[in-house]
Amino acid sequence: MANRTPLYDAHLSAGAKMVDFHGWDMPLNYGSQIEEHHAVRTDCGMFDVSHMTVVDVAGPQATEFLRHLLANDIAKVSTPGKAQYSAMLNEQGGVIDDLIVYYFSRTDYRLVVNSATRDRDMEWLGQVASKFQVSITERPELGMIALQGPNAEERLASVLGAHNFAAIAGMKPFMSVQVGELFIATTGYTGERGYEITVPASGLTTLWQQLLDAGVAPCGLGARDTLRLEAGMNLYGQDMDESISPLQANMGWSVAFEPADRNFIGRQALEAQKANGHSVLVGLVMESKGVLRHGQRVLVNGGEGEITSGTFSPTLGYSIAMARVPAGSDTHAEVDIRGKMVKVNVVKPSFVRNGKSVL
Amino acid sequence: MSNIPKELKYASTHEWVRNEGDGIYTVGITEHAQDLLGDMVFVELPEVGANVAAGDDVAVAESVKAASDIYAPIAGEIVAINDELEDAPETVNSDPYGDGWLFKIKADDVSEVDALLDAAGYQAVIDED
Repeated sequence: MANRTPLYDAHLSAGAKMVDFHGWDMPLNYGSQIEEHHAVRTDCGMFDVSHMTVVDVAGPQATEFLRHLLANDIAKVSTPGKAQYSAMLNEQGGVIDDLIVYYFSRTDYRLVVNSATRDRDMEWLGQVASKFQVSITERPELGMIALQGPNAEERLASVLGAHNFAAIAGMKPFMSVQVGELFIATTGYTGERGYEITVPASGLTTLWQQLLDAGVAPCGLGARDTLRLEAGMNLYGQDMDESISPLQANMGWSVAFEPADRNFIGRQALEAQKANGHSVLVGLVMESKGVLRHGQRVLVNGGEGEITSGTFSPTLGYSIAMARVPAGSDTHAEVDIRGKMVKVNVVKPSFVRNGKSVL
Repeated sequence: MSNIPKELKYASTHEWVRNEGDGIYTVGITEHAQDLLGDMVFVELPEVGANVAAGDDVAVAESVKAASDIYAPIAGEIVAINDELEDAPETVNSDPYGDGWLFKIKADDVSEVDALLDAAGYQAVIDED
């Protein structure tokens, strides 16, 4: 039987259409994924992301461990509570997973990794950790709600009350703080302001209901996908995997090559790739009728590539995509849509931020 | 449970057919089909005047999730298309058997309609999926 989050019954009673997501029964939508998408862009929506894997990393060598494990450098972070996005690579420079690290102290961190890659992640973390004085503790008893949208702050304030909300009022993006039993971070996967709130399963259903009562729209995986794609955020397994390096997945910004003496896993492979050239992830925009889809062939720069993620953008009203193509700077490409070659524009893979087009 | 009106005929590929008289039949997709596809974003319709054979792919319904071919349930001439869907494709979701109709076809051979599924037959098709 598929895994269920503590909110399973709440999803059903909200009219969710449930689908299997890598072994989890998760809501696809609660009626209309486009309406849910707009709710997040213009007001406020929430997602059950309790399927994601929370892993605490602690011990005297926690920092050395993470600086070896991850392509980004956690030593760059010095404010307690600060979050950092990073790739976890294999020796060939391929992305095992992308994740967020929360820094509490030099001996105490939290990772949030993808559920689809949980088994592989835990195996890899254990393997690498065996060389360090560090403990790896999975926290399956924690659930998570992502509250996203321009009105997220107002809604959370109304639910938490002034006293509790004071702890997070005015918190900058990519920060976190523990408020009672809630671990509240200003992170997300939508390109909007908002929070990811980690809470013990026992408190999860109460928080969900309070947010519902405050008028927050429940949103499913469908809207989550169109929102993250508009925001130019990668989906693991689709836009990158173990055969793709972060340089080929528009994640180069999250790779810390300096200091040069930090020996992180995959470093040599990435340096070789940098020297020899590599494919890149670009954005595609098609203002004519039709929808770009995963797997479609792209002709560009005299070479051939492929769409990794494509969808109709509810905010823009036309189709957008991410595609992996040979490096170069063409501004136009052609996509093979069901046998028909259609012209599209090539852009940076970021389309919508804070409710507005960035094209 | 999906709504399957008794007075309509159905193709196993999830189109419905309504007899408008004079050999004219309206075609759309079923409530079950629109539910599977999710929010509709574009509907590509055939040309008025086109002659189609039963089983031809004559239209495309593009939802956020996928592009899906729509087949002519019977042979004939396309005599009307639902232009309203150009600006409001979501009508296919909200009213699949009414304002969300796709096209009208003048049958070459009305006996082809008799060979289509009735509501119970279509229900059986859904149950098998």
